Amino acid sequence: MPTILEAENLSLTYDNNTIIVHELDLKIQEGSITALVGPNGCGKSTLLRGLSRLLSPKTGNVCLEAQDIHRMNAKNLAQKLGILPQSPIAPEGLTVHELVAQGRYPHQSWFQQWSAEDEEIVQEALTITNLTMFADRPVDSLSGGQRQRAWIAMALAQQTQILLLDEPTTYLDLAYQLDVLDLLEELNEQGRTIVMVLHDLNQAARYADTMVALRGGQIVAQGEPAIVMTPYNLKQVFGLNASIIRDPLTNTPMCVPMSRRRIKRALEADLRITEKVS
Amino acid sequence: MQPTKIKHNWWILRIGGFSYKIDKRVLPVLLALIVIGIVVLVTSVSYGEYDITPWQVLQTIFGLEENARFELVVWQFRLPRILVAFMIGAALSVSGTILQGITRNPLADPGILGVTSGASFAAVAAIVWYQIPTVYLPFVTFAGATIMAALIYLLAWKGGSSSIRLILVGIGLGAVTSAFTNLMIVFGDIRQVQQAYVWLAGSVYGRDWDHVRSIVPWLLVLLPMAILQARQLNTLNLGDDTSKGLGVNVELQRGILLLVSVALAAISVAVSGTVGFVGLVAPHITRRLVGPAHEGLIPAAALLGGVLVMFADLISRWVISPSELPVGIVTAMIGAPYFMYLLYLNRNK
Repeated sequence: MPTILEAENLSLTYDNNTIIVHELDLKIQEGSITALVGPNGCGKSTLLRGLSRLLSPKTGNVCLEAQDIHRMNAKNLAQKLGILPQSPIAPEGLTVHELVAQGRYPHQSWFQQWSAEDEEIVQEALTITNLTMFADRPVDSLSGGQRQRAWIAMALAQQTQILLLDEPTTYLDLAYQLDVLDLLEELNEQGRTIVMVLHDLNQAARYADTMVALRGGQIVAQGEPAIVMTPYNLKQVFGLNASIIRDPLTNTPMCVPMSRRRIKRALEADLRITEKVS
Repeated sequence: MQPTKIKHNWWILRIGGFSYKIDKRVLPVLLALIVIGIVVLVTSVSYGEYDITPWQVLQTIFGLEENARFELVVWQFRLPRILVAFMIGAALSVSGTILQGITRNPLADPGILGVTSGASFAAVAAIVWYQIPTVYLPFVTFAGATIMAALIYLLAWKGGSSSIRLILVGIGLGAVTSAFTNLMIVFGDIRQVQQAYVWLAGSVYGRDWDHVRSIVPWLLVLLPMAILQARQLNTLNLGDDTSKGLGVNVELQRGILLLVSVALAAISVAVSGTVGFVGLVAPHITRRLVGPAHEGLIPAAALLGGVLVMFADLISRWVISPSELPVGIVTAMIGAPYFMYLLYLNRNK
């Protein structure tokens, strides 16, 4: 698969003192789902911001199809690369339809505010995200899962090849989390490249083609989930003792974390059983 | 599955490659506001010590009644001040609409943000120290408000401008500037101070056609500018990151919009002093009527703000007639409770 988005020697900082992301190289394959994982403060969200021009690099650059994104026209870039920030908030009273319509902004001008094409694309985005019946409802009256779908629908209406999402499942109930991830997988099957920051390792392993594990602003491991999700890597990245088993449904690696006290108790129980038997 | 057609709430105009959309609620609201505005205007012109019936007012305005006294009262005394009331209401309301949009805060208003304090400070300084003729006041207040806005922007800047910092810095600077204004009043020459004081309370008393002429050109430039920026304002309303993701140059657009908003507040301060709370209340009521899309919100807010101040002016002349209150006191009496109501609504957010 060809590379579509590439970071080279990328360093990112918010205040010029503390470097959050250190001289990092990353290639995103076209048509893939990439999950950025790592402990809190590892720089995964910052990296996502750097990949999307929300943050200017201190060193290095980010190229979209071999073009430096910081030299591209803002609207042009917005037609190719969409970003969904973490838990965005819609203004009071804005309806789902109006929100999704905003996604058409980079394709419009003052003279062309609402073409027939805009309308079709917004209808389609609402249909894909299953929100057609909520179109006239204010965004702030929806449940968390529906609200997140509405924002994804907005990003869809932007019709970009690449979609970057910062923790799209945070604050959602588990059922809604899967709902959103299934939707993203569906979009990926239609040819979109997806890069997202995910908190949950098992979900990342289930849905991603490539996992990128970060610690201290650097990549510790990257590749297929089976390569990244190893006890050794988890110890390196999260400082976590864990066993890796197979996800019974998808056969992807699944992490079962160990906690010291529980292990002790389990071992003691084991011992008692052995004693009884013998 | 066949996608179900969504009936949307817009009226869409398409001619060839050109297309324009506006919320369906906008046109009826605009029409209603125009009708109410005309009723208030005619009532206001006819009301006063010298009674003229509304019918005579209309006849005089359209030149059907040849009565020199009517003409003097209608054309020279009452109409210009009422038009000034309308225009400053429109200016303040649009100024507040823009500020609320770019700060994403329903409580933002040129008064609360300290912009009008900067304008007032400049104007009081000009009146008390330099005795500058009122024709030049718009420039003075604009300079004062712009410097103030630039200071707010600069002090709130931290690798980018955030709306909450803008508001907090604005409130702080506003308080400091008001203190300096009061200091000038305390130490100024009594005659100039008197003049400055009446003007500070926000009054349209004795405003004539010169005042009208001094603000019309500003409004003719600034209001279309605001309407042209409506789409950008809509995206800014979704947050900085989302707007950037949509290809908006956030800092540039916010800068332009802030300048338009500041200029609108400044011209209203220049002709009528501090008329408070209009920039807060009018956009809010309008948003309830036409929704949050700025294409329709800005023109509707302009009309509603104008009608509101015209109405407040009528009240201010009626309450303690034959004497009159400064209109700023009436808008504060309407606006302050509304502000508290808004705070009450926002208590859990």
